[in-house]
Amino acid sequence: MNTTLLLASVLDDFRSSNALKYIVELAYVLAMALFIFSLHWMSDPKTARKGVFAGVWGMTAAILATWAGGNVTQHLWVLAPVLLSIFPGMKLANVPITAVPQRTAVSHAFGGLAAGLVGTAEFFRWFLDANLHHEMTPFRVSALLVEIVLGYLTFTGSVIAAGKLQEVKWIPQRPWVYPGQNLVNGIAAIGAIVLAVMIVMNPTAPMAPYYFGGVIVLSLIFGPMLVLPIGGADMPTVIAILNSYAGLSAVAMGFVLDNKLLIIAGALDGSSGLILAIIMCKAMNRSFGNVLFGAFGQVQAKAAGGEQKQYKPDTPENAAAIMEQASLVVIVPGYGLAVAQAQHKVRELYDQLKKKGVSVKFAIHPVAGRMPGHMNVLLAEAEIPYTDLVEMDEINPDMPQCDVCLVLGANDVVNPCARHDKASPIYGMPIIDADKAKAVFAVKRSKNPGFAGIDNELYFLDKTYMLFGDAKAVVGELVKNLAPSSSMH
Amino acid sequence: MRSSLTPVRCVAAASALAFASAPALASQEATGAPAPDASTGLYYISMITVFMLATFIGIGAIRRVSRLLHTPLMSLTNAISAIAVVGSIMVAGASSPETPLSVRIMGSVAVFASMTNIISGFMITDRMLKMFKTEGGKA
Repeated sequence: MNTTLLLASVLDDFRSSNALKYIVELAYVLAMALFIFSLHWMSDPKTARKGVFAGVWGMTAAILATWAGGNVTQHLWVLAPVLLSIFPGMKLANVPITAVPQRTAVSHAFGGLAAGLVGTAEFFRWFLDANLHHEMTPFRVSALLVEIVLGYLTFTGSVIAAGKLQEVKWIPQRPWVYPGQNLVNGIAAIGAIVLAVMIVMNPTAPMAPYYFGGVIVLSLIFGPMLVLPIGGADMPTVIAILNSYAGLSAVAMGFVLDNKLLIIAGALDGSSGLILAIIMCKAMNRSFGNVLFGAFGQVQAKAAGGEQKQYKPDTPENAAAIMEQASLVVIVPGYGLAVAQAQHKVRELYDQLKKKGVSVKFAIHPVAGRMPGHMNVLLAEAEIPYTDLVEMDEINPDMPQCDVCLVLGANDVVNPCARHDKASPIYGMPIIDADKAKAVFAVKRSKNPGFAGIDNELYFLDKTYMLFGDAKAVVGELVKNLAPSSSMH
Repeated sequence: MRSSLTPVRCVAAASALAFASAPALASQEATGAPAPDASTGLYYISMITVFMLATFIGIGAIRRVSRLLHTPLMSLTNAISAIAVVGSIMVAGASSPETPLSVRIMGSVAVFASMTNIISGFMITDRMLKMFKTEGGKA
C-alpha cells in the first residue's frame, strides 16, 4: 500500500512539473523516427517485417504518451472504443487475400471518418465555449476546414469504392456518368469554397455552424461524385488517391491540434498515396485529371459494335502438350485470376511445369488487379517465390524468347492496340509484350470484351489460341493434363 | 549510384525535424501559454516546414519500396496514418468538464475508427509480408 502511495505522489510530482510534457514530446520524436524506419524497411521483402514492428512500436509510444500525457482524464471515453475496436480490427485483418482491395478501401473510410469527426468536434468545442474563441485563428480554421473536407469525402468516397470492389448490387459497376457532370461538381465545389471562406472570415458568427454543416454535407456528397464515374480498371489509381487524402487529412488535423507527430505521420501516408497514384497513372499513360474527370469506359459501347472477328478456341489438352515442350513460359495474371480465386491452382501449374524443366515467370503489370501490387500478394499467398514475379519493364525484353505466354484473366494490359491504335482509350499505355511470344494462350471467361470494354487484338493473332472458361477450372484442366498420372495412359 | 536512405540519414532527417520543431516548443514554454497564440505566425511556418520535410522524406522512402510490396505498403501506411488516434484520444478523453457530450461521442467514434485501422492495418501487413518467400521458402 505504501508503494502505491509513493507511486501516486511521484506521478503527481511529474504532472505538476514540466517533465511529463518533455517525456510526451520525446515519445513523439521516437514515434516519428520509428515510422520513418518502418517505411525504409519496406524497401526490401527481407527487411519488410521489421518495418511492421517499428510501426507498431511507434504507434504504441504515441498512444501511451498521449493517453498518459496529463490532458486526458476521462479514461472511459477512450478505453471503451479501444476495447470495442479489437474485434472488428482482427476481423478486417483476416479477410481473404482476394478481398484486400475492399479492406483497404474500408480502412480509408475509417481514416477519413476519424479525421472528419475530430475536426467537427474541435470546431464545436471552440465555438460553444466563449473562452476558446481566441483559438479560432484563420490559419487553424482553414486547416480545420481542409481536414473535414478531405476526411468526409474520403469517408463516403471510400465506402462507394469498397462497395464497387465488393461488387454489391446497389452500386453500379459501370462508370456512372451524365451530361454536365463536371459542371455540377464544379458548382458544388465553388459552393463549398464560398461557405468555407465565410467561416474563416468570421468563425464565431451565429451562422457559422450552419455554414459548417453545409460544408460537411457537400463533402459527404463529393466522395461518391468522385468515385461513381470511375471504372473498375481505374480502381488502383482511385485507391491510391484516397490513401493520399486520408494521410493529408491527418496532416490538417496536426495543424489544427498543433501536433507535429500527426503532421509527419500524415505526410508519410500522403506522399505514399501520391507516389502510388503517379505510378498507376504512368502505367496507364493517363493524367490525374483524366482519371478523376475523364470517365473511362464511356467508349465501350462504340468499340463493342465493330466487325465480327473470329476467336480460335483450343483445348487444355493441346495447350498442356505445347507448354510441356516449352523452355520458357510466361504467365500474365490479371483481375480474372483474383475473381476466380485461381492462385492455388496456378501454383500447381507452376510446380508441374518446373518439374518438367520448364522455367516459369510471372509478368506483373503495375495496374493488374484492383489495387497497387494486388497480383504480387495473391501469388505470394499461393507460395510462388517472389523472385519469379517479374515487373513489366524487366520481362518485356525477354518476351521474344518466350515459347508460351499464358494470359490468365488479364486483358487491357496485353492489348497491342495500346501501341498503335490512336482511337483506342488505352492508346499509349505501356503493355506486357505478350504478342511477341512464340505462342499465346489466353484464358477468358466469356466471349465478351473485358472490363474496359475494348476488343483485344491479341486474341485474333495467328499464334493466339483461346481457352474459354473460368480461370480456376481451365488451369485445373492444364494441371491434370500435365500431371504424371495422365501421361501414363 | 542512387543515393539510399541509410539508417544514418534517417536519424539525421528525424533530428532535423526535431530541431525544426524545437523553436516552436521553446516559445510555447517561454510564454507559458497552453497553446500558441494567434499572433505567433512563425509557429505556423515552423509547422509547414515540418510538413514539407516529412513529405520529402516520405517520397524518398516510398520511391525505394519494391513494387512487389505495394499492397502491404498501402496497408502499413493506412495503419500509420491512423495516428489520427492521437487527436481522437485528446478529444474523447479531454479533462475539461465543459466538453459537451456530443463532442466526446464524436471523439470516441474517432478513437474506435482509428484503433480499428491500427489493429487491422499492422496485422494484415504482417500477414501479407509473411507470404513473400523465395524458392527455398525463406522470407
